[in-house]
Amino acid sequence: MANRQKMKKQQPEKRINNFQEVACGYTKEEAVKEAERCLQCKDSPCVDGCPVEVPIPDFIEEITNENFDQAAELVKEKNALPAICGRVCPQAEQCEAECILGKKGQPVAIGALERFVGDYELKQDREIEAKTDKDIKTAVVGSGPAGLTAAADMAKLGYQVTVFEALSDPGGVLRYGIPEFRLPKSIVDEEVQEIENLGVEVRPNTLIGSTLTFDDLQEEGYEAVFVSTGAGLPYFLGIPGENLNGVYSANEFLTRVNLMNAYRFPEYQTPIEVGDHVAVVGAGNVAMDSARTALRLGAEEVSIVYRRSRNEMPAREEEIEHAEEEGIDFKLLRNPVKILGNEEDWVAELECVEMELGEPDSSGRPRPIPIEDSNFTIPVETVVIAIGQGPNPLLSKKELNLETTEWNSIVVDDDTYQTSIPGVFAGGDVIGGSATVIAAMGDGRKAAREIDKYLQQK
Amino acid sequence: MFEIIEKKALASEIVSLIVEAPLIAAKAEPGHFVVVRVSETGERIPLTIADYNRDRETIELIIQAVGYSTIQLSKLEEGDQLLDVLGPLGEPVEIEKLGRVVCVAGGIGVAPIYPKAKELKEAGNEIISIIGAQTEEKLIMQDRMESISEELYLATDDGSIGHEGFVTEVLESVLEENEVDEVIAIGPVVMMKAACEVTADYGIDTVVSLNPIMVDGTGMCGGCRVTVGGENRFACVDGPAFDGHKVDFVELMRRQDHYHPQEEKAMHRCKLEEEVGRDG
Ligand SMILES: Cc1cc2nc3c(=O)[nH]c(=O)nc-3n(C[C@H](O)[C@H](O)[C@H](O)COP(=O)(O)OP(=O)(O)OC[C@H]3O[C@@H](n4cnc5c(N)ncnc54)[C@H](O)[C@@H]3O)c2cc1C
Ligand SMILES: Cc1cc2nc3c(=O)[nH]c(=O)nc-3n(C[C@H](O)[C@H](O)[C@H](O)COP(=O)(O)OP(=O)(O)OC[C@H]3O[C@@H](n4cnc5c(N)ncnc54)[C@H](O)[C@@H]3O)c2cc1C
Ligand code: SF4
Ligand code: SF4
Ligand code: FES
Ligand SMILES: [Mg+2]
Repeated sequence: MANRQKMKKQQPEKRINNFQEVACGYTKEEAVKEAERCLQCKDSPCVDGCPVEVPIPDFIEEITNENFDQAAELVKEKNALPAICGRVCPQAEQCEAECILGKKGQPVAIGALERFVGDYELKQDREIEAKTDKDIKTAVVGSGPAGLTAAADMAKLGYQVTVFEALSDPGGVLRYGIPEFRLPKSIVDEEVQEIENLGVEVRPNTLIGSTLTFDDLQEEGYEAVFVSTGAGLPYFLGIPGENLNGVYSANEFLTRVNLMNAYRFPEYQTPIEVGDHVAVVGAGNVAMDSARTALRLGAEEVSIVYRRSRNEMPAREEEIEHAEEEGIDFKLLRNPVKILGNEEDWVAELECVEMELGEPDSSGRPRPIPIEDSNFTIPVETVVIAIGQGPNPLLSKKELNLETTEWNSIVVDDDTYQTSIPGVFAGGDVIGGSATVIAAMGDGRKAAREIDKYLQQK
Repeated sequence: MFEIIEKKALASEIVSLIVEAPLIAAKAEPGHFVVVRVSETGERIPLTIADYNRDRETIELIIQAVGYSTIQLSKLEEGDQLLDVLGPLGEPVEIEKLGRVVCVAGGIGVAPIYPKAKELKEAGNEIISIIGAQTEEKLIMQDRMESISEELYLATDDGSIGHEGFVTEVLESVLEENEVDEVIAIGPVVMMKAACEVTADYGIDTVVSLNPIMVDGTGMCGGCRVTVGGENRFACVDGPAFDGHKVDFVELMRRQDHYHPQEEKAMHRCKLEEEVGRDG
């Protein structure tokens, strides 16, 4: 069996000094060669691993035939954001985990092929004609992957769709969270543009709950609402020193850099401050992104501080490898207990305690247990807290009829995605806590179908 | 878009912009603010909704030019557009009939205190106002404050008008002579801190409006966190008004200085741009 086609990447020494994309994508020849590895399995187990059921063998076959238009059409029927998912999906745990070839050797590089097809499609400048011919208005709240997918699907079904977004630009986490070197903003712009071409209108600077309420939407004639406001509320550790200067939530750190382009200060006016020594607390995608961003902003030494071991790190495998290649220092089985400041109240040291792993906890992962008297400090000037985030309570605070859990997740019916308010549906991170781009898109897709049913019965 | 339909100079380095923003004007209440970005390369800065007109579908912003972004804003003219205006943000202040309320404001703090004072007056309260500035030229909204106040006291650092000294000194004498049910204090953090120290001695509830550094203004970044009563609160969604006797002002002041070196760099750039602008 031929080996997987390697994707060209920027060398670590070079890439830590710029914000350009790390992985360069396949050439046409590489894509065809990789596609030829696929066995075209009749029962296509890979598709079972994909939350939106991309017809994987079919589109790969079209690549081998160099029918890229055909391949793109097949993918886009199921996935409105292929250039994005090809880059950020945790493929290793999803479609590629189920690939037959993976049982003995390396699975087909499904994600890389999807990215190739997505990028190809973006270069075509195809004229799409909007088919929003139904005289029924629908609203989407939040323009992350869940909202964009639901919007695209509802537009394809013929509905008028308006996406309301609080921030200045659409994309949700794709815009403000995931950094340029992993997902160029030009790709987000172009894929969002494709969705707008379907007839979807995006209205930025509109905070639902404040600028407009559900009642306003109803008065303006929106007959169904899909809420996909994500999980944007940053969690803090609750340890002493978290309000010292130099301590960021990952959301703030990444928003300044990604949404506001602080890495180009002073050309862009949003400032950011990164010391020579940076500690990032946590080990998910958000933590990896923060650590690698800090490196690119000029930090000399960046550490990931994580209370469990490498096995339990929730980040995509590829991101962990990239972080290691770039020289991020992994301080595993270490837990911060205190942040110490200097006389001007800037961060000076992070005090940690060593941990050991015990029995599995409710999450199924081994419980980290502090080792007594093992405290030590590391000198740092910047700390980024990336231990997770939950749904922002802002909307549910204003819309009192919207039922939520004690963690602010919106409660929905498992089958219909309908919330406690008739005609209001929800999906993505806001119903399940933070998950993945593709899971959010899967929700958007299913909810769009349910909204269609609801509107037809109405 | 958000068109500037009227611009007025209120004082030295302080301008008022009347901005077309129908949705925000329809929902604005005293205590609300907006987050504004002037241009594609701009930063997001919070500004109080100093007044609003639901019929004209406008909001009023009063801006003190203190750094790059506020200078940029001050240079805009009627007919120009603001790229982004998000709002109304924050929790509006509760307007109740309390009796006699003293409104103390310093500098640009008069802008956010005015809509609250106005509504409090309409709710049947007696308003005593104390407003101050460094010097007479920087004193703003004297006439508007006068129109809603039973008594209006002025204070300037240089004594060019009113009491020579701090507003908090006037506050002290007002509290000495009157039964007061609540104090609202808005202005520079040092001033709010001092006002709370005065009112604490008299045991009078004091509301302050905090101005930490913000980014999104929607509770998403946590950059605006302040310690109130020992707890972490996000000023953009939980505030910006808080019980002044519980606020950790020292922490707030320190956090406001987070970007001092960068702000100076941006100002330097601003000056260079001005020179280039003048020459060519
Ligand atoms: C830094 C980072 C890196 C990640 N990396 C990966 C990765 O590599 N792979 C992966 O699969 N997943 C990754 N994730 C997770 C993934 O991005 C999320 O699961 C996904 O974006 C959730 O999509 P969503 O549509 O539910 O919400 P979001 O993407 O969070 O979008 C919600 C949108 O709603 C807007 N909004 C919120 N409230 C309102 C309101 N009241 N009115 C109007 N608009 C509102 C927000 O501004 C936002 O734009 C990452 C997450 C982060 C933070
Ligand atoms: C809720 C709220 C309401 C406000 N209302 C008004 C108002 O009505 N009129 C007015 O003139 N000013 C108001 N401010 C203050 C105003 O936002 C700052 O003066 C402005 O952001 C300074 O930006 P700059 O680039 O001009 O100056 P810079 O030189 O960049 O900063 C000067 C100082 O302003 C503060 N500041 C800087 N960036 C921010 C930011 N993103 N958010 C908050 N503070 C910042 C810092 O303490 C800094 O040291 C308000 C602030 C808050 C939080
Ligand atoms: S969307 Fe994600 S899971 Fe589905 S095929 Fe593409 S990379 Fe695999
Ligand atoms: S499981 Fe692997 S080899 Fe089989 S069809 Fe899917 S991608 Fe091709
Ligand atoms: S400004 Fe970001 S949370 Fe308040
Ligand atoms: Mg500034």
